[in-house]
Amino acid sequence: MTNVPETGRTSRVQIRLVIMQVLVFSMLITLGGRLWFLQIRNGAEYYHEAKSNHVQRVVQPAVRGSILDARGVPLADNETRLVVSASRTALMKMKDKGKGVMTRLAGVLDMTPKEVMDKVRLCDSQTPKPCWNGSPYQPIPVTLEATTQQALQLRERPEEYPGITAEPTAVRRYPAPGGARTAQVLGYLSPVTDDEIQKAKDTDSPHLRSDQVGRSGIERTYDRQLRGKAQVTSYEVDNLGRVMGQTKSDPGVAGSTLVTSIDARVQAVAEFELQQAMKVVRNETDNITGRKYEADSGAVVVMEARTGRIVAMASQPDYDPNTWVGGISGADYAKLTSKSSNYPLLNRGIQGMAPAGSIFKVVSASAAVRAGYKFNDKYNCSSSYSLGGRSFANFESKGHGPITLGEALKFSCNTVFYALGHKEWQRDGGLSPKKDAHDWFYRTAREFGLGSETGIDLPNEVKGRIPDRQWKQSFWAANKNSWCKQGKRGGTYVEQIAYESCLEGNQLKAYDSINFAIGQGDVLVTPIQMATAYSAISNGGTLYNPTVGKAVISPDGKHVEMVAPQSHGRLPISAQTIADLDKGLRTVVEPGGTAAWRFGGWPQDKIPMHAKTGTAQVYGKQTTSWLATYTKDFTIVMTISQGGTGSGASGPAVRNLYNAIYGLTMDGKQDLKRALLPAPETKLPRINPDGSIDSPEIRPYVPPSPEELEPPALAGPPPTRHD
Amino acid sequence: MPTANKFSVSRYAPERGPMARLTARDSVLRRLDWPILLSSLALSFLGALLVWSATRNRTTLNQGDPYYFLARHALNTGIGLVLMIGTIWLGHRTLRGAVPVLYGLSLVLILAVLTPLGATINGAHAWIVIGGGFSLQPSEFVKITIILVMAMLLATRVDAGDLAHPDHRTVVKSLCLAAAPMGIVMLMPDLGSVMVMVVIVLGVLLASGASNRWVIGLLASGVGGAVLIWQLGVLDEYQINRFAAFANPELDPAGVGYNTNQARIAIGSGGLTGSGLFKGSQTTGQFVPEQQTDFVFTVAGEELGFVGAGLILVLLGVILWRACVIARETTELYGTIVCAGIIAWFAFQSFENIGMTLGIMPVAGLPLPFVSYGGSSMFAVWIAVGLLQSIKVQRPLSA
Repeated sequence: MTNVPETGRTSRVQIRLVIMQVLVFSMLITLGGRLWFLQIRNGAEYYHEAKSNHVQRVVQPAVRGSILDARGVPLADNETRLVVSASRTALMKMKDKGKGVMTRLAGVLDMTPKEVMDKVRLCDSQTPKPCWNGSPYQPIPVTLEATTQQALQLRERPEEYPGITAEPTAVRRYPAPGGARTAQVLGYLSPVTDDEIQKAKDTDSPHLRSDQVGRSGIERTYDRQLRGKAQVTSYEVDNLGRVMGQTKSDPGVAGSTLVTSIDARVQAVAEFELQQAMKVVRNETDNITGRKYEADSGAVVVMEARTGRIVAMASQPDYDPNTWVGGISGADYAKLTSKSSNYPLLNRGIQGMAPAGSIFKVVSASAAVRAGYKFNDKYNCSSSYSLGGRSFANFESKGHGPITLGEALKFSCNTVFYALGHKEWQRDGGLSPKKDAHDWFYRTAREFGLGSETGIDLPNEVKGRIPDRQWKQSFWAANKNSWCKQGKRGGTYVEQIAYESCLEGNQLKAYDSINFAIGQGDVLVTPIQMATAYSAISNGGTLYNPTVGKAVISPDGKHVEMVAPQSHGRLPISAQTIADLDKGLRTVVEPGGTAAWRFGGWPQDKIPMHAKTGTAQVYGKQTTSWLATYTKDFTIVMTISQGGTGSGASGPAVRNLYNAIYGLTMDGKQDLKRALLPAPETKLPRINPDGSIDSPEIRPYVPPSPEELEPPALAGPPPTRHD
Repeated sequence: MPTANKFSVSRYAPERGPMARLTARDSVLRRLDWPILLSSLALSFLGALLVWSATRNRTTLNQGDPYYFLARHALNTGIGLVLMIGTIWLGHRTLRGAVPVLYGLSLVLILAVLTPLGATINGAHAWIVIGGGFSLQPSEFVKITIILVMAMLLATRVDAGDLAHPDHRTVVKSLCLAAAPMGIVMLMPDLGSVMVMVVIVLGVLLASGASNRWVIGLLASGVGGAVLIWQLGVLDEYQINRFAAFANPELDPAGVGYNTNQARIAIGSGGLTGSGLFKGSQTTGQFVPEQQTDFVFTVAGEELGFVGAGLILVLLGVILWRACVIARETTELYGTIVCAGIIAWFAFQSFENIGMTLGIMPVAGLPLPFVSYGGSSMFAVWIAVGLLQSIKVQRPLSA
């Protein structure tokens, strides 16, 4: 402070001037500090923010790879359609939120304004479909089916339709070659969500906002390979989005082609025959309930026995996968997810669960052998087996006397397995189990792959259930409260069961083990599990992970990545036991066997057929039909829920499938020219030098006429029950 | 010896030629405060570059001529220099005599803004359109008038040696005279300018040696007034929104908070040395609104970095430091008060302007002295520089 006494200035003013100076400079220092904080300390962060501010990415989506069948027939490919899209961001900037534009657009496209606006609105928990669940910054397709006329109208007067584009675009198509929809196996696509973008951000295949991703089926499993890489061009833009320069361009890569092991022709037969079989049994009366069979759902799996490759997989009810293309409509979505349509999105080949019924007996027979019973010893097939005053009958209440385990499979004798299951239960300690209990039946079931996923390359496979002691305990712990509340001593059947379950539902009872021995009770299996297990019997014991994908071929055709068959274990039985089972199953289609009446005229000497029928009881429902069969090359497992007996409901369909595959007539004559697949397809389709793959011609399946279906004279009348 | 000060030293010097007069040891040129002048020129020059960079792509504003704003800024600086020279030539003491006239003229001008002659720009009805692309913002000149009128009233009796400090009556009188134009500016409503004027009044009172009670009282009533304005809802929605956006910048980044957000991105992305003139993406992409006027500091931050933006702070610091020295060293209270008013004005306006771009002050439509594009502001600050120079020049040599 410079005091200047000669001015006569009071020190008050001088002091205040100094205070002012201090204030002024502290303001400047504050600014400097803040400037340092923003520019030096956090500079990098703002630098990136500025970068993203002025760089707009224009995405040219990669063309998604095709999905081909084993011979090269496209099951899913792309077609060019005129797509009219709306930019939501542009519409929302308008004063009327784009209402005017959308109303005019609706007029051009012959839609109602509401339809257009519904397509453009964003999905949230309250918004019913249709709505857009992709990125709000990506153009939203309003229609994929604009005519050239409509597109021209929009393009000629862009000023009337700001934010609206009409461009030819590659759109997914599911052509259903020869009638093979393959719906649930292929799956479907829908726009990527913000969550998925966040999750995949740092992986080697990040999503773009424009991406369509596979939501189920092989579209989902092989999404990364099929998707390819979009071409992204970055432009520098100003605040109004005007382009000022191009910064960089990432070249796109088209998606790879997926060759599957599906044979479209066999798939078409499988789909047709499954549907046909269900149609037929719906006209038949169930003599237990006295009602017509419901046949509410069904599945059939055709598998290469030696590799686990899926040749065909059909599930009923099904749907047209094309309904998903370009955003599913509200009505369609409601239909696909409603109880009344019985959930056609489910792939019952891998997601349908039911008690196995008698096709489980291969497991029980194996368990018995492991427990020390000889396969070829004689076991009494009585007409019924009684336990504590309760009588467990053979379904036909028919005894066969002392028979081998092989014969027990042939006749599907329940009482033999009841006795074995019961005896093992007792040996393990009954209600007070030993510490080192063998639990041969349960252990064998697990080691046959039941109760766990087969590892098929399709998403959301279910595990089924093996109701062993641990399961009993945990199931009881989870349910005892409600059982105890509902249960009533001496009440209705349901109340009585609940009462008993409440008291001792954690115990593995004798009747549990008896039921389990014939695949009844709480056991649940999927068709794919049974196909895998029966294939293992056919191929000498290897449990393969079933596969649909066979090879991934790069767009230029130069790189072929095979999906090699992989095993997840071996059957827990000796080669001898496998041979014994094989022999036993072979007799099932021979005279006296439960499926013999369906395989009259089958050339058993040339193409040995093995089968096991099953009729599983489900409480409160009609019986589930099971038929598990195999030859040396193929395994076919079919099931129809509430469809009646194994051979009755599924027999003709399975027989027709084999006839089509091998080119057989009903009297066993083989015509290799008519055979669709006399041996599994081992080669990949031919890849042209330019990377394209030619698609062989495919004719739709012509089902055999009634005359052709005339069974040969040898076949006897069907038994009263074909279990 | 206050009477001796009425005569300039040169009066008694022998007659000299014009060149000799300019180069003589006691000449006006020699006695000018060169740090202030050079800093002001440097700031105006930097301002010209930044305004040019901000507007060269804004075709809707510059009528297709990328040099339009550069030329106008240079012209404004030139006019400002002439005004400064005129002010020095007239001298702050002469202007003291003209204060009543200036005061009346200012009142007429700001009243004219409220008539149909006035125009609204960015929510404030604060302009008079002259025509030919020129418009006048009288509130910029009112700042000078308030300083001069208060300085005259508060200093007269002290400089005459009658009082040690201004008495209460004089303080009340000066506050009333300052309040009249401020009230009118408030009606426009040009709240930013009113804020600056309140701070100017504070600075003036502080330097005048008025009783502490007045200083504290004015501070309290300033805060009280702010609360009252808020409570009564006198503010327009855009003003409330600016405060809301200041309190929470993440609020509606596309709307209210957009300015502050984009400004901060621009400055932050500059880093140490900036992207280089004309190379800032935020600036060339026009992401920051009002970038040639209120947000001109963001151009410096982005394109010149910490170095360039810091230079602006340093240059402002030099002007304020020199002004403080002049205020302290001048012998008469009148000069001291005028200096203090200018210091308060420059310091607060710069702090508010830069502070809002840095996100530490709410947004208010105030130009950055010398740097922002705008004629009225440029003229006013150069007149202020003229006043500082005049006080320095007419102060007896301490040697």
